[in-house]
Amino acid sequence: MDYATSFGLVIPELVLTGAGLVLLMIAAFGGEKSSRLVSILAAVALGAAGALTLPALIDGAGGEATMAFYQQFSADAFASFAKLLVYIAAIACLMIAPGFFGRLRAMRPEYPVLVLFATLGMSIMVSATDLMTLYIGLELNSLAAYVLASFLRNDSRSAEAGLKYFVLGALASGILLYGMSLTYGFTGTTSFAGIRLAQEAGLSTGALFGLIFVLAGLAFKISAVPFHMWTPDVYEGAPTPVTTFFATAPKVAAIALTARVALDAFGSQADAWRQIVIFAALASIVVGALGAIGQNNLKRLLAYSSINNVGFILIGLAAATAEGASAMLFYLAIYVVMSLGSFVAVLMLRNGDGENLETFDDIAGLSSTRPGIAWCLLIMMFSLAGIPPLMGFFAKLEVFRAVVEAGLIPLAVIGIAASVIGAFYYIKFVKVMFFDEAVNRATKSASASQWAILVICAILISPLGWFLTRGLEMMTDTAAAGLFAGV
Amino acid sequence: MIQAIAFYLFAFLVIASGVLTIMSRNPVHSVLWLILAFFNAAGLMVLLGAEFIAMLLVVVYVGAVAVLFLFVVMMLDVDLAELRAGFIKNFPLGIAIALVLLAELVLGIGALSAGHLELGTATGENAPNLEVSNITNIGALLYSKYVFVFEAAGLILLVAMIGAIVLTHRDLKTTRGHQNITRQVRRNPKEATQMKQPTIGEGVEL
Repeated sequence: MDYATSFGLVIPELVLTGAGLVLLMIAAFGGEKSSRLVSILAAVALGAAGALTLPALIDGAGGEATMAFYQQFSADAFASFAKLLVYIAAIACLMIAPGFFGRLRAMRPEYPVLVLFATLGMSIMVSATDLMTLYIGLELNSLAAYVLASFLRNDSRSAEAGLKYFVLGALASGILLYGMSLTYGFTGTTSFAGIRLAQEAGLSTGALFGLIFVLAGLAFKISAVPFHMWTPDVYEGAPTPVTTFFATAPKVAAIALTARVALDAFGSQADAWRQIVIFAALASIVVGALGAIGQNNLKRLLAYSSINNVGFILIGLAAATAEGASAMLFYLAIYVVMSLGSFVAVLMLRNGDGENLETFDDIAGLSSTRPGIAWCLLIMMFSLAGIPPLMGFFAKLEVFRAVVEAGLIPLAVIGIAASVIGAFYYIKFVKVMFFDEAVNRATKSASASQWAILVICAILISPLGWFLTRGLEMMTDTAAAGLFAGV
Repeated sequence: MIQAIAFYLFAFLVIASGVLTIMSRNPVHSVLWLILAFFNAAGLMVLLGAEFIAMLLVVVYVGAVAVLFLFVVMMLDVDLAELRAGFIKNFPLGIAIALVLLAELVLGIGALSAGHLELGTATGENAPNLEVSNITNIGALLYSKYVFVFEAAGLILLVAMIGAIVLTHRDLKTTRGHQNITRQVRRNPKEATQMKQPTIGEGVEL
């Protein structure tokens, strides 16, 4: 292993690092005036990093050839797919931010810089094939996320969200580290391949505890039940562009990371973690659906919706097959588009004074006053509820098909039954918009970039998106094959 | 012989400065005694051949943690009388904790005299490289095998620094409570006061 090859494999990360450092200098010397320039350059850097990860995905790279730095880092097709999703979500979150922060005079060039470093952390997370790389990536992402959550420092809700996220995140990191130390102690190695090899003979009690603690720490990061408590509070308190970011990019990264830990590091003991993942999946679906029913705040509702969706994604993981991983990535891609669209739509609802509207009372009768946003939200909600012919249905279909093929029919049956509960509040959302008496509060027009993202998301989710699914399926299959190439 | 003298010197000073840390009345003196305890503990580590940990103790604990303590203690307005009052109240709890610690100490020494735990020695790839010092070994690993995570850890520190500045730094112009001399000088005493004849129940419009 020579270092030239290793550094060649981490080029997307190097681009992001270099861009982050240069933009930090521009931000430091340019002051607040440079916000726009820094945002554009950050988006360009993310685009360039995305273009650099593309070849690995097209080639379907996997296995030994993609390993860098003594098997601590893997630039395989699976990581590339997750990175592409993360980069796209991050670019969207950079585009919608100026319209939101500009009104509050809170747009500072540090926002794109922090998003860039958080994305770098996620990029390292999804490529991690060693417990140490995993932890470093996770912390880089989390630390930037804590700051982003309290970016509106004069707003007490934002500060509270940041503090809550920080305290609970630190607790989760502690749990994760404890699990990692147990795993290291009982297997004698931190590399995923080594852990898998060491556990092939069987799982000792100590190693089992390690596995459980690692999964518990990761469940916090993907906000799976029973570690979901922080999600509604943080999503509600954080500035909406940041919430959009939290609901998309870090979720992709943490789920991809969980999948790699489960399928690669603990791949030889699938039966041990499968029951944990099944429990978390079903509990997330049910709690996400029931918790959302009583919510009046739209951001809280969408937070519960994301908990609910994580449950479906974990069902794909529970299959523990390449098809399951592929279905999981397929769902993840569509989930990113759906939550991006719904959060951007909520972000666009502003009253005459430019204040953001976030409750059900504000959107009553939205279809008559703002038909464009209302129809886009209708597509998002029906898709999240899994109603055909929208893409959310096909995502659920893929996941359940993979589970049935893996022989876990009871899981599929319970999952489908529980998804009906979730449909209630998605349809309530639509009912309030279309059939309640109009209040006409959302009068302020939104910026062009926000409209662009909302319309693109709506088109991708609508039946027109079906034309893209063949390509997406090919990509997810390649990515899953890349993950299993090393196993 | 000299090792024994050095050991007893360092060990005695660690315990003595530890005692003085909790006995001294002035909290600032306590922190200074704590720093002395750290230095002597570092000396003990050097005697054991763990020079890297000795350096960590001096650099991290003395250089950063203890100085931070010192800042905090000096900034806090510590009321000694109030501290003294808590002593009697918490005395039974303190005694209970002290007894637990004593029991643990006795148990630990008893177990040690009954025989060591055999943990085995690392072999193969993980075997200790005894030919070069700890610091050389750690440095060689950090800058070769673990260079990627080491550099990424540096980025985490950078993000922590950016975060601290983003959340606390305020532009002087925007903060409230600054004196604007031009406005003060321009102020006209005739416009500054007004005579009003308020009628009852209607209030005053300014």
